[in-house]
Amino acid sequence: MNDDDVVAKPLRHPWRWVSGVLLIAALSGIVYSLWSSPSINHNIISKYLFDPKILQGAVLTVVITVVSMLIATILAVILAVMRLSPNPLLKLVSSAFVGFFRGTPLLLQIVFWGYLGIIYPTLTIGIPFTDVVFVHGQTSMLLPSLAAGIIALSLNEAAYAAEIVRAGILSVDGGQKEAAASLGMSGGYTLRRIILPQAMRVIIPPMGNEFISMLKSTALLEVVAVLELYTQATMISAQNLAQVELLVVAGFWYLVMTTILSIPQRQLEKKYGRGFNVSGTTGGRMFGFGNRIKMPRGGTAA
Amino acid sequence: MTRLMVDARSVRKTFGSNEVLKGINLTVEQGQVLVLLGPSGSGKSTFLRCINHLETINGGRIYVDGDLMGYRQAGDVLHEMKPSAIAAQRRHIGMVFQRFNLFPHLTALENVIEAPIGVNRESAAAAKARGIKLLERVGLGDKFNHYPSQLSGGQQQRVAIARALAMEPKLMLFDEPTSALDPELVGDVLNVMRDLAKEGMTMIVVTHEMGFAKEVADTVVFMDQGLVVEAGTPEEVLDHPKHERTRAFLNSVL
Repeated sequence: MNDDDVVAKPLRHPWRWVSGVLLIAALSGIVYSLWSSPSINHNIISKYLFDPKILQGAVLTVVITVVSMLIATILAVILAVMRLSPNPLLKLVSSAFVGFFRGTPLLLQIVFWGYLGIIYPTLTIGIPFTDVVFVHGQTSMLLPSLAAGIIALSLNEAAYAAEIVRAGILSVDGGQKEAAASLGMSGGYTLRRIILPQAMRVIIPPMGNEFISMLKSTALLEVVAVLELYTQATMISAQNLAQVELLVVAGFWYLVMTTILSIPQRQLEKKYGRGFNVSGTTGGRMFGFGNRIKMPRGGTAA
Repeated sequence: MTRLMVDARSVRKTFGSNEVLKGINLTVEQGQVLVLLGPSGSGKSTFLRCINHLETINGGRIYVDGDLMGYRQAGDVLHEMKPSAIAAQRRHIGMVFQRFNLFPHLTALENVIEAPIGVNRESAAAAKARGIKLLERVGLGDKFNHYPSQLSGGQQQRVAIARALAMEPKLMLFDEPTSALDPELVGDVLNVMRDLAKEGMTMIVVTHEMGFAKEVADTVVFMDQGLVVEAGTPEEVLDHPKHERTRAFLNSVL
């Protein structure tokens, strides 16, 4: 300890304590009022919290979310690249797709795909003007409500994600493309290896948002009778009339799932942040960030 | 026995209504170093970027080692090349940028070996071994695993030179390679370039480093307003400039 060390009494923050106590009081009041409400039956909540149907619904919700998100992300990259291409036709198609699917309500799109059989009672997939037919049959058989729901969610999400991907691509410095070109890299190679990995840094946080939003949007598939979590909950409550209790059960599982699904985002951010999150541009000084970056001692190779 | 590495014939380039290059003629023989001088806006960087077809030209022809850049000539008709063919042409021409343009998500070594592996289909082991040698050659033998953001400007530019050399180019283009560097870091980069010239690399260098031009250049070309004003040996152009415009420029930079 030196003579000139700063020894001072820390500043007190009494209002933080006061507001903290008030906040806890208010919260416990709300929880207590819900808990003690005669219209909420806790036995029903605990009975259905781990009901097999509810759990099956939750699993299906996750499956729909992941599959739709995967399809949407692939479509989004294609749409974003089309939008940024010099080809005017591709640009137009991409803008029209985004405009259409962002411009109509998701619920409407889900109903449309779910009732496609009304417009096209039979579906035939083949090569036009020839006898080659790959698939032919009743629309309702070929496109069950689950598939229709996934198509609806994927296409709608692709429109939003395309704009996120486009913003990510635009965030990468133009000099990167030139450097890649000067090394003889093709456009596709540059996109895959140079541009997209850097764009990911900008793309991932909003895509995490989209992922959680998608998980909740799956509840809309109730209108086409896909047996996901919300549909299962409403089907049970239609029989036992315990609507509020089953909403609490469904809400609990939605919260659990969104919380768990937020974890991979942090891992992805770490992965694609490499090279960017190291501090200092003039030396080796850095904050311990992940275990990918190791400062070499001496001349050992990677 | 001399081989023309670069042969530019009345190259013209316009951006909108602005004519940046008004008919540039110059040649570089294999193993020679040509330094391009000129005030900003004289078109020297644009001309450099035309050589590897990063910019398309509006008139004239550019040949690199006998190949017409960016186009295919069939009789009197000129055809635009496919992007893949242009990429193939660029593989033999290294370029170093004023702002380094290293790939920030890759380490120094990964920057160097990305194109040899991905474009030239070299084996990872062979590319790595060569990459390590190249980084050692530019004095960065202890920085393989550093990301660009962990390196100084001078170190980044030397990685960029190693990255270009990894493609084993027959021509190197330097676009103001030291302009974005702190003064004390310029020397290391110039030393690497000097060694490269000694080893017989054909180079075109846009720079304001008069000392480097005097010492290393075989030919110095002074450009102004899209035209070559004066070209010759460093003694002729730098010490005994014939044109008033050249003299004024040299007085302003020295």
